[in-house]
Amino acid sequence: MSIFTDFWGWFTTGANWHGSDGIPARLSEHVQYCLLALALASAVGIPIGLLTGHFRRGGLAVTALSTAARALPTLGILYVLASYQPLAVFPVILVLAALGLPSILVNTYTGVVQADPDAVDAARGMGMRPSQVLLRVELPSALPLIWLGIRLAAFQVVSTATIAAFVSLGGLGNYIRFGLATRDYPQVVGGAVLTVVLALLSLLVVSLAARLTVSKGIRARS
Amino acid sequence: MDWGWVSDHLDLVGHYTGRNAYLGLIAVAFGFLVSLPLGLLCARYRWLYAPISALATALYAIPSLAFFVVLLDFTGLQDRTIIIPLTLYTLSVLVPAVVDGLTNVPEHVRQAATAMGFGPLRRLLQVELPLSIPVLIAGLRVATVSSISLVSVGSLLGDSFGGLGYFFTRGYQIDYPTEIWTGVIAVVVLALAADLVLVAVGRLLTPWVRRSPRTVIRRRTARAQARAA
Repeated sequence: MSIFTDFWGWFTTGANWHGSDGIPARLSEHVQYCLLALALASAVGIPIGLLTGHFRRGGLAVTALSTAARALPTLGILYVLASYQPLAVFPVILVLAALGLPSILVNTYTGVVQADPDAVDAARGMGMRPSQVLLRVELPSALPLIWLGIRLAAFQVVSTATIAAFVSLGGLGNYIRFGLATRDYPQVVGGAVLTVVLALLSLLVVSLAARLTVSKGIRARS
Repeated sequence: MDWGWVSDHLDLVGHYTGRNAYLGLIAVAFGFLVSLPLGLLCARYRWLYAPISALATALYAIPSLAFFVVLLDFTGLQDRTIIIPLTLYTLSVLVPAVVDGLTNVPEHVRQAATAMGFGPLRRLLQVELPLSIPVLIAGLRVATVSSISLVSVGSLLGDSFGGLGYFFTRGYQIDYPTEIWTGVIAVVVLALAADLVLVAVGRLLTPWVRRSPRTVIRRRTARAQARAA
């Protein structure tokens, strides 16, 4: 198990904490890619999920789209994009967003479809316009599932963002890539451990956001 | 995209498609074999569910490549270096699917089975598991598609350990996008084909789902399926 004690040595070496290859710099690259990707995935997934759910149309298309997005091999797509546009950040964001999209989209759609029909009827009966029903009744009821989708997406995106290093864009995957190339396995474990910790942290942050935004009445029921 | 290259290398594409299918599917099969008893335990003893699903989630967060590399120390470079991490990844989808499937069985159905004289084992095999099939299939679909597409990362370890990923790393190294495209398209086709097979199997096994006039069952199923996704 020496690989793990060596990892601690790597982690506590002061030199690994400074400069452009230092842990803070790589961590901040990693976090930036993930945040941008999640923002993009949410910006696409949530509106589509809300609308398809509201109109009860395109459920099959939503499932098909998510399955297709899940089938895309992340590494291959990244290589394809990078071979046309080397060293651009956008392909990485795009690939990671495609990875996070399915869980956000499917959960938003399901959340809206499963909003309490009595509440939706009551809202209509009170004279709410369709857009009000969507934004003031269906969206709040769907929120727990939407956050669940974002949580699953964040988790996957953080752990997969390590591939950015394989098109020379840094992030925590850099330790994995160069550790592998130089057979410096403690460094590989270091990159992996940092990634896992970051992923678990993202879980915590999203759960906290969910706690703050989901209405009490709905939290009690779900 | 140079289709001439593809038609010249069909045997190579076929070979790596086979490897990709083998590595990805065997991981799902093992994952299911592990998840079924784990899920049964979790459904029976609820307090087990939180720690087991937390563990499965944490395993899922380990970047695949780092997982492969750490295993190299213990297993050497063999098929199992790839299969073990992929198997463990499927647990985070399949264990919840088993638990959700079982807890979705309505209480009155369970009681009816008991009243008809079914013992616990027979009730499980003939009532609870069959009724869980839609949710199990939903979980298996997610696990299978992800697993097949994730195999490709293994190509960073060695040519014969990443299935179709061989074409990604090679195409990128020699700067020949046609090869990368070929790999990507083949992976997607393979994953979607496996998905369709699972959908068909699910339909054959659960003829009552489509006939059921009661939307309640469908709604419960849809909710559990979304959780699996």
